[in-house]
Amino acid sequence: MTTDKVLMKGNEAFAEAAIRGGARLYFGYPITPQSEVPEYMSRELPKHGGCFVQAESELGAINMAYGAGAAGGTVFISSSSPGIALMQEGMSFLCSAEVPLLAMNVSRGGPGIGGIQPGQADYYQVTRGGGNGDYRIPVFAPSSIQEAVDLLYEGTELAQYWRNPIMILADGMIGQMMEPVRLPDFKPVPKPNEIAGLRDWACTGYADRGGDQNRRVVKSLRMQPEKLEEHVEKLFAKYALAEKELCRYETENLQGAEVVFVAFGTTARICREACELLAEQGVKAGLIRPISLWPFPNKAFDEIDFASTKAVISTELSMGQMLTDVQIALNGRLPVALCHRTGGMVPTSPEVAARAKAVLEGLK
Amino acid sequence: MSTYKMFFAGSGGQGVLLMGKLVTYAAMLEGKEATFLPSYGPEMRGGTANCTVVVSDKPVSSPLIYEADIAVVMNRPSMDKFEPMVKPGGFMFYNESIIDRKPARDDIKTVAVDLAARSAALGNDKVANMVMLGEVVRGTGVVQVESVFKAFEKEFTGRKAALIPLNQKAFMGE
Repeated sequence: MTTDKVLMKGNEAFAEAAIRGGARLYFGYPITPQSEVPEYMSRELPKHGGCFVQAESELGAINMAYGAGAAGGTVFISSSSPGIALMQEGMSFLCSAEVPLLAMNVSRGGPGIGGIQPGQADYYQVTRGGGNGDYRIPVFAPSSIQEAVDLLYEGTELAQYWRNPIMILADGMIGQMMEPVRLPDFKPVPKPNEIAGLRDWACTGYADRGGDQNRRVVKSLRMQPEKLEEHVEKLFAKYALAEKELCRYETENLQGAEVVFVAFGTTARICREACELLAEQGVKAGLIRPISLWPFPNKAFDEIDFASTKAVISTELSMGQMLTDVQIALNGRLPVALCHRTGGMVPTSPEVAARAKAVLEGLK
Repeated sequence: MSTYKMFFAGSGGQGVLLMGKLVTYAAMLEGKEATFLPSYGPEMRGGTANCTVVVSDKPVSSPLIYEADIAVVMNRPSMDKFEPMVKPGGFMFYNESIIDRKPARDDIKTVAVDLAARSAALGNDKVANMVMLGEVVRGTGVVQVESVFKAFEKEFTGRKAALIPLNQKAFMGE
């Protein structure tokens, strides 16, 4: 069956997937390379009974998302690196208040306002959190438009299930390119008067609660340290479960590999081609592709063929951020090298292949 | 065929992105894998525009290419930039109406297309890109002519649907 595929630009497919996944509230502010997401939402969301608001800034957008999520709405927001940076305070608040949110970062080169070409230097920001306090955000990094669509579609439910922001981290290349994609069916959306029952914590007002007079409170302020500690411990019990259940990755050709690339998103596709080039040159190379960046798929590294593999190369569009997680996952079992470009530059597959050969040569 | 990697390049307004998009669309309609990656940046009308297209029987690994089986160049700066990136034995289609030099390579197949004269004969210089696309598709077989015509129907909808016959005519070199 190929007839039901459509050719879509990444950003437009992301927006459509969020709508089909049930998101009906979008707050955002245009920023390259993801401006087609708010553009698409402004045009399409009202047709589905949803609401699009162009906020005055990303700070406004994240706080609108906080409010709408607290009221039980199914909210989607998107931005790109510097815009996501502005939202970090809000992310911390949403995590503390356990408010669901589906968020997307179509990332670009940094630091600062940086540039508009693809980047992956927001890795620390999204996996460690740029906001204050102890919190975690599950992060998924798609390497194709189809995978992004599937993750966004699922993401609306994951956010509600975990009552936490869920971040989809793409990069400018996936946002701007076009690929054939199969769109999933529209999920049923709860009616406004059904939300109080479905989301039994949401501040919906008393009207639809069938006589239930208990106050529902969504907050992040806890003045008593005992209470705050208890709350954070509760959050981290939840994160411990998420760490087990949300860990996702793919491995390719690890058996007998001399060298193993670790890469996510666009970079994983380049590494896949580099593996083919290396095979032509008689070097067996494998790939670990983390799909979840937090939780980082440590267990993928146990699948490495330690009898054959001499080095692991973290391949990134940053100065080496995932590198830290690769080192933690390997825990000294193998040498770890870095292959990188940054600032919006993207390596070609021959560049990546040459780096792998140089690393292997350097170990001799 | 296994994989075709293509560059389409020219100046903003010459319709290079549409050419790339139509090939991608046609490939998808044939059940093939395809990616379309436009250059994006602080660009303006009259500035440079290019896109890369990969068409394959298997999933496309990288949408970013560094060498091409087919380069389609619509102006001189594009020829200067992309001619060296054509694989030996590959194709370069160029707009000879405005490119004031001959190809430098002798290890690739070069096809000169006089887009100004050809589109003037059709009475509409806006179809120059479709004249070029026809040469590329019919000359290389990257996708089938019928698939491109189906892609026209997907791409030219509403008010633009009336332009399909003209685009078909331009494409077929009639």
